Amino acid sequence: MKYKSVFDIIGPVMVGPSSSHTAGAARIGLLGRKLFGHTPDHVDIHLYGSFKDTYQGHGTDVALIGGLLGFDTDDSRIIKAKEYADEQNLRTNFILHEEERSHPNTAIVDLLKGDDRLKIEGISIGGGKIELVSINDYEINISGNYHSLLVFHKDTFGTIARVTTVLGNNEINVSQMNVSRKEKGDIALMTIELDEEISEAVIQEVENIDGVERVIEMADD
Amino acid sequence: MFNSIAQLIDMANSENKSISEIMIEQEMRVSKRSYLEVYQDMERNLDVMQNAVDEGIGGVASKTGLTGHDAVKMKKYIESGKGLSGDMNLLAIAYAVSTNEVNAAMGKICATPTAGSAGVVPGVLFALNEQRDLSKEDMVRFLFTSGALGFVVANNASISGAAGGCQAEVGSASAMAAASLVEAAGGTPEKSGHAFAIALKNMLGLVCDPVAGLVEVPCVKRNAAGASNALTAADMALAGIESRIPADEVIEAMYKIGLTMPSALRETGRGGLAATPTGNRLMQEIFGDE
Repeated sequence: MKYKSVFDIIGPVMVGPSSSHTAGAARIGLLGRKLFGHTPDHVDIHLYGSFKDTYQGHGTDVALIGGLLGFDTDDSRIIKAKEYADEQNLRTNFILHEEERSHPNTAIVDLLKGDDRLKIEGISIGGGKIELVSINDYEINISGNYHSLLVFHKDTFGTIARVTTVLGNNEINVSQMNVSRKEKGDIALMTIELDEEISEAVIQEVENIDGVERVIEMADD
Repeated sequence: MFNSIAQLIDMANSENKSISEIMIEQEMRVSKRSYLEVYQDMERNLDVMQNAVDEGIGGVASKTGLTGHDAVKMKKYIESGKGLSGDMNLLAIAYAVSTNEVNAAMGKICATPTAGSAGVVPGVLFALNEQRDLSKEDMVRFLFTSGALGFVVANNASISGAAGGCQAEVGSASAMAAASLVEAAGGTPEKSGHAFAIALKNMLGLVCDPVAGLVEVPCVKRNAAGASNALTAADMALAGIESRIPADEVIEAMYKIGLTMPSALRETGRGGLAATPTGNRLMQEIFGDE
């Protein structure tokens, strides 16, 4: 089930006017910032479908920028997010697309700072709830009922076994696992859904595994 | 977790509990939090709703000027004593409009289930409170009941105007509010289910056609209609009137109607009222030729 909490329905507390186009947009920005790990210098924001058609009226643009700056859905600074972005030297560029994506409320956020780059595709499914569709063009398939680890790793033999061994040694049970790659021998993405929460120490251990490039923990907010 | 209205009502009956209690207990299990923590979160949401109602009744307007100050007009009209429908209905309209005027002005609101439909549930709740002087706990429970019904809609259909039209937003909100009204008035879980089904049926097919893509016209007034419709459905269910079509099938019908709705009528600002001569002119005035 997509919605798990009563507070997905009665909530969030937010700055108007739209839960999907304002609060959801802020959450896509926030998720981008969280996964990126810091404030970017430059962000290209691609809008599709209803996001593209109505972003001005809904404050989707300022909400996305606000989220990228770390403002939550109920933070009134969202209204003046463009001014705060100028203060923090965050440049944003909005690109509108006619093409249709999987969901009418889609935003692709491409974050840059120096050599660091992260691109996420988020969809806003209603009531402020969002889902992550892809990271760096790797499709993400998370059912959403569990804690998940996203492990970017070199596409060579043995890496997957080494990761699952670390989890097993720490008595962490895997409920579902999926590996995707763009080209053989390139970087691949392991999506691992877990039955229980994972500690910082175990994440660190996974990060230290030979062949692992980057680990991202996904948990419900 | 319950996944249908029928299951929700069964659980309430077999455990001899109200819908709000079933919702609170599920939330405690899912979030692994205590009763007090879950309760207090909802109490905070209630406080946000109260503040929004107060702010709107005091008079607010959006940046574009398309909406605002209508809650003030309603309040004066109620005070004049010349209203056609009863005070409860008029108050619900005033508070629903009030909340959505605050939303349109980018003020702080609580999505129920969405921001565009955030006036309906608080509208009837604060109106009921004035008539029946509810305890704060009753008011918090009212929101859990609404949440339980909305939870089923969100997981089986949609609460997004872009996906399902306004029926998914104001329609869902109106049905949620109707079920809560019945529980607050002492009705059984079955009667809440009928009120929910009747309210949602009356909103089927409603399109999302916001002028200039703003959550203003017709959204604010549709929240008033959603609140009135909730009161109508709740009174009918409390009178013993039943929905011929079961609540879960109404949800499924709404979902399928949403799937067949053209995208011009799903929150793109390209069809319906948005595409009328006046709708187009307003858009020009607000955004120019962009």
